[in-house]
Amino acid sequence: MTTLSIDHVSRWFGNVVAVNDITMTIGPGVTGLLGPNGAGKSTLINMMGGFLAPSTGTVTLDGQPVWRNEAIYKHIGIVPEREAMYDFLTGREFVVANAELHGLGAKAAQRALATVEMEYAQDRKISTYSKGMRQRVKMASALVHDPSLLLLDEPFNGMDPRQRMQLMELLRRMGDEGRTVLFSSHILEEVEQLARHIEVVVAGRHAASGDFRKIRRLMTDRPHRYLVRSSDDRALAAALIADPSTSGIEVDHTEGALRIQAVDFGRFTALLPKVARDHGIRLLTVSPSDESLESVFSYLVAA
Amino acid sequence: MYDPTVARLTYRALLGRRRALILGALPLLLIAISVVVRGLAGADDQTASDLLGGLALATMVPIIGVIAGTGAIGPEIDDGSVVYLLAKPVKRPTIIFTKLIVAIAVTMVFSALPTLIAGFILNGNGQQIAVAYTVAALVASIAYAAMFLLLGTVSRHAVVFGLVYALVWEALFGSLVSGARTLSVQQWSLAVAHKVAGGDLVTSDVGLPTATVLLVVVTVLATWYAGQKLRTLTLAGEE
Repeated sequence: MTTLSIDHVSRWFGNVVAVNDITMTIGPGVTGLLGPNGAGKSTLINMMGGFLAPSTGTVTLDGQPVWRNEAIYKHIGIVPEREAMYDFLTGREFVVANAELHGLGAKAAQRALATVEMEYAQDRKISTYSKGMRQRVKMASALVHDPSLLLLDEPFNGMDPRQRMQLMELLRRMGDEGRTVLFSSHILEEVEQLARHIEVVVAGRHAASGDFRKIRRLMTDRPHRYLVRSSDDRALAAALIADPSTSGIEVDHTEGALRIQAVDFGRFTALLPKVARDHGIRLLTVSPSDESLESVFSYLVAA
Repeated sequence: MYDPTVARLTYRALLGRRRALILGALPLLLIAISVVVRGLAGADDQTASDLLGGLALATMVPIIGVIAGTGAIGPEIDDGSVVYLLAKPVKRPTIIFTKLIVAIAVTMVFSALPTLIAGFILNGNGQQIAVAYTVAALVASIAYAAMFLLLGTVSRHAVVFGLVYALVWEALFGSLVSGARTLSVQQWSLAVAHKVAGGDLVTSDVGLPTATVLLVVVTVLATWYAGQKLRTLTLAGEE
């Protein structure tokens, strides 16, 4: 049982607060760290991995401090987001070097390369690898010492769907084996496919924590805004506002469109085409106007 | 204290194709100039001493030291690949010490060895000049490697600062301000060379005891401090 505890951790760079008083506990199984780009995920992972000192608060692994404690790396495997990784070595040489630095040998390296299915390209220079191959070799270097905690920073970035599936399968297996696996992502679907437990970070703050279904519901239940153009905007507005799924409609003369705020996402999306058909109105444009991840997340923070 | 894996990675990074070309160019230039000078002026002790002192020890050794010392760790910190060394249960001073040994070895091979060859070409080691400057280059290699390794650990602009120290401080200020000469690796190593050569062809502004103490203090302090800095090295995220 490996538990990573983040206790009232803040980190600022000059005047900028990157991580703001976050407390969370990461236990065995796969946990997804979700948040938009620039939310402080990498800063948080760097602190979890002992590469950055918290300005305040503590990060501990089973009670042991992570910062300035080299011995802790016997238990931690890290897959950094950055690409650079001794490109002049072959995949095998790289993983062997990583094994040796843990006091292990070529056998451990070979096992790790087999786990990520990279044996076929192990004797090629890393500089010739694709993004997905690099990611897998990084993964092998992190697994070589059989760590109980695995930290991955945006591991799926730039991977093709097949590589993504393979890595997800691997991480799932690691989680099922009782390891503590934490990965960061800014893509909700990615996180929900893999992690049962989700921690959401937005603008440096801990926005939500828990089961992905609960968080998913919070995300879909938020008020949605749409921009709609039709053959008869006023008639459509009158028909829609009669239904409780719509909380507000504005007629935007300059855009020549309706700005609709829906409070019940499911009901509204079923209602709109039905109302249009019943009133003989043609829908010309239906576009969500605040689907950006940032707005979804900022809603979560307020919730 | 010494980790063979860290050493192997450092050697391979340092002697990669492009850097090896830069490291090899200066020694080849020194030897070529020595051949030309010997051919034109014949064997002359004063000329040999001037060339080895002015070109080899004052210019080539510090530049090779900058390339090897900063190159042993700087690029890894810059591109973030140092994370693979740091995410290991390896003591930070061990990483620094190992990289220092590699940087010293590379600096010695690419600066002291060519100095010896050039010295023999210039005057066949008359008055022990070739050996004296080689010893100076060996001694200077240790101090330069330590200083520039520290610089590579603490600064992203290590090469620039290193070259400014080597060329501006040691060469320019050293010739204008006498105080600067006391705080110069070149002068300390010349004090050692003076002891080897005897006579007054090789001279230093610093006495041997002072030079020895300063060489040891600078090397030890720089190495110790680099180890401390690596313990708290912050890898900034990409956000």
